[in-house]
Amino acid sequence: MSNMNKVYGKSKENYTAKIKRKEWTVFIICIILSVICLLPMYILFINATRDSAKIASSISFIPGGSLVKNIKTLFKDVNYSTVYNVLIGYRNSLFITAFCTVFTVFFSTMTAYGLHVYTFKLRNAAYTMILAVMMVPMQVTSAGFVAFMLKIGLTDTYWPLILPAIAAPTVVYFMTAAMKDNGIPLSIVEAARIDGCGEFRTFISIALPMMRTSIAVQSIFAFIASWNNFYTPNMILISSKFNQKTLPMMISAIQASDKFTDYGAIYLALSLSIIPLIIVYAFFSRQIVGGLAEGGVKE
Amino acid sequence: MASAAQRRIKSISYAKYGYLFILPFIIVYFIFQFYPLINTFIVSFHGNGTEGIEKFVGLDNYKAILFGSSKRAIKMVHQKFFSALLNTVILWVGNFIPQITLSMALAVWFTEANTKIRGEGIFKIIMYLPNIITAASIAVLFLQLCGEAENAPGVVNLMLNKMHIVSQDPLSEKYDTIKFITGKWQSRGVVMFIQTWMWFGNTMILLMTGILKIDKSIFEAANVDGASSWQTFMNVTVPSLKSTLSYTLITSMIGGLQMFDIPFLYHKDPNKVSDNLKTVAVYIYEYFHDQVDPKMGYAGAASVILFIITVILGCIALYAMRDEYEIKIRKATKKSAKQAKLRDKQFGGF
Repeated sequence: MSNMNKVYGKSKENYTAKIKRKEWTVFIICIILSVICLLPMYILFINATRDSAKIASSISFIPGGSLVKNIKTLFKDVNYSTVYNVLIGYRNSLFITAFCTVFTVFFSTMTAYGLHVYTFKLRNAAYTMILAVMMVPMQVTSAGFVAFMLKIGLTDTYWPLILPAIAAPTVVYFMTAAMKDNGIPLSIVEAARIDGCGEFRTFISIALPMMRTSIAVQSIFAFIASWNNFYTPNMILISSKFNQKTLPMMISAIQASDKFTDYGAIYLALSLSIIPLIIVYAFFSRQIVGGLAEGGVKE
Repeated sequence: MASAAQRRIKSISYAKYGYLFILPFIIVYFIFQFYPLINTFIVSFHGNGTEGIEKFVGLDNYKAILFGSSKRAIKMVHQKFFSALLNTVILWVGNFIPQITLSMALAVWFTEANTKIRGEGIFKIIMYLPNIITAASIAVLFLQLCGEAENAPGVVNLMLNKMHIVSQDPLSEKYDTIKFITGKWQSRGVVMFIQTWMWFGNTMILLMTGILKIDKSIFEAANVDGASSWQTFMNVTVPSLKSTLSYTLITSMIGGLQMFDIPFLYHKDPNKVSDNLKTVAVYIYEYFHDQVDPKMGYAGAASVILFIITVILGCIALYAMRDEYEIKIRKATKKSAKQAKLRDKQFGGF
């Protein structure tokens, strides 16, 4: 008996020690990776408060005292304020992003609802088509898109940036999956009909509130995707008028300008461009990560 | 028992509402996505330049891109396209391999039943953060961090100087910087790093979802049978993850073919994208966005080629990683149906 205890006790101890060692190793690896993830952004914010000359000669992990000076350079100096104006950038990006988000989420839910609730001849065909086109990248259609927009005179307007948001195959796919899983039982729709509720009203006042969790998650993703979009606006707003530029376009203008040389001002401009995203993420990170996991691969 | 109202409702056909609900999607899709795709094909069969766009040239653009010609201008088009394709492949492979390795390791560690990693939720949130930041801002940020000017180097070179990897000339105070922006492989390395940095958190979460869907009893059985972590990984996790892996691979590949923002902005010379980083998407963009002499034809043909590559790659990946178990079941069902038919025939059937 004592012999057995000795043998098993030891191996159990070994096992526990092994697990503990592994847990610590993984923990340390995760810490290192987290530092790598955060460091560039940390340095970005720190350098936004430092003097250009100091940035070029030394590294620092504590904020400097030149934030006000950098703000003055960025907003007052003509060389800078004619290239990058964060307020115009915010205004334009917010305008486009707000419309895109609302359109994407509303019309995708509506399409998914149509596919989920009604039986009609082309239902399967329509659903298969949506799945098939999900993977067609924007870059492939862009040459034809721009040529077409040039022809009908919509370049240099916001229409080609906002209207296509109505047709978002990926969001339709996620919404349909969410409705199938547990979202909207058909009996509720039928009950509404018996009570004399019109079809469209059923959708607005019953389906939309029932899908609010999925709608919230998809809205956040749509917001981020639209806010970050650089390719399409850069392509459509051909004459790149300063008043029309979105925030990513202004960032690209910093890169292209040879007068934008003050490092502190550059870091400050970059910081201002990502602060809205950091705020959104601070509030919704749990929903974002959870939504990703949920929307992952449906089997 | 169905009430009168219920019966009445059952007799009404609601099919038209189905069409009505999906109508906005279909209309917008056809105007803004399907027609542009067709138009890309149309444009690809037409000439280049402001006048050439009206002229039908058949397959000339494709010939120029794929095979070139002795004419210098066309030879350039051909060479540039293949160097862009090569760059795209290099940049994609160089970011996908570290990314999938890292995400896979993390996903397995986070989901293992016998280990509990503290702060898992926080780590996931931190590791996903780079993915939501504007790619354009990230490109310009790394351009600053990796600055290579001898008298005013970026943060990375300063750090390397602290570690005594980059030396500083004591007299002129100039740094012997590593050329992270103009160097061929250095700049590619930075772009690969940025891509990995941005995407590993996303891939990790996808893989974790996939692993959590696997039946836990299989892992327990492997554990009871004394399989090591590596054996469990190779023989249980990977085979069960096939559909998740194929999804990750396809989306990453298609994403890789579209890579634009970072290569387009990561260069020093204000108006010229570095030749070492010029991807196919940048190539297409430069042709149809040329202010002086837009070459819509080449841009269209290159887009179509990109489209065909995307479709082929998607099919290969789907085929290579299809669910073998499901196929076996399908085959078995077919076989038994055949046998049943035969049996029916044998006994006269009906």
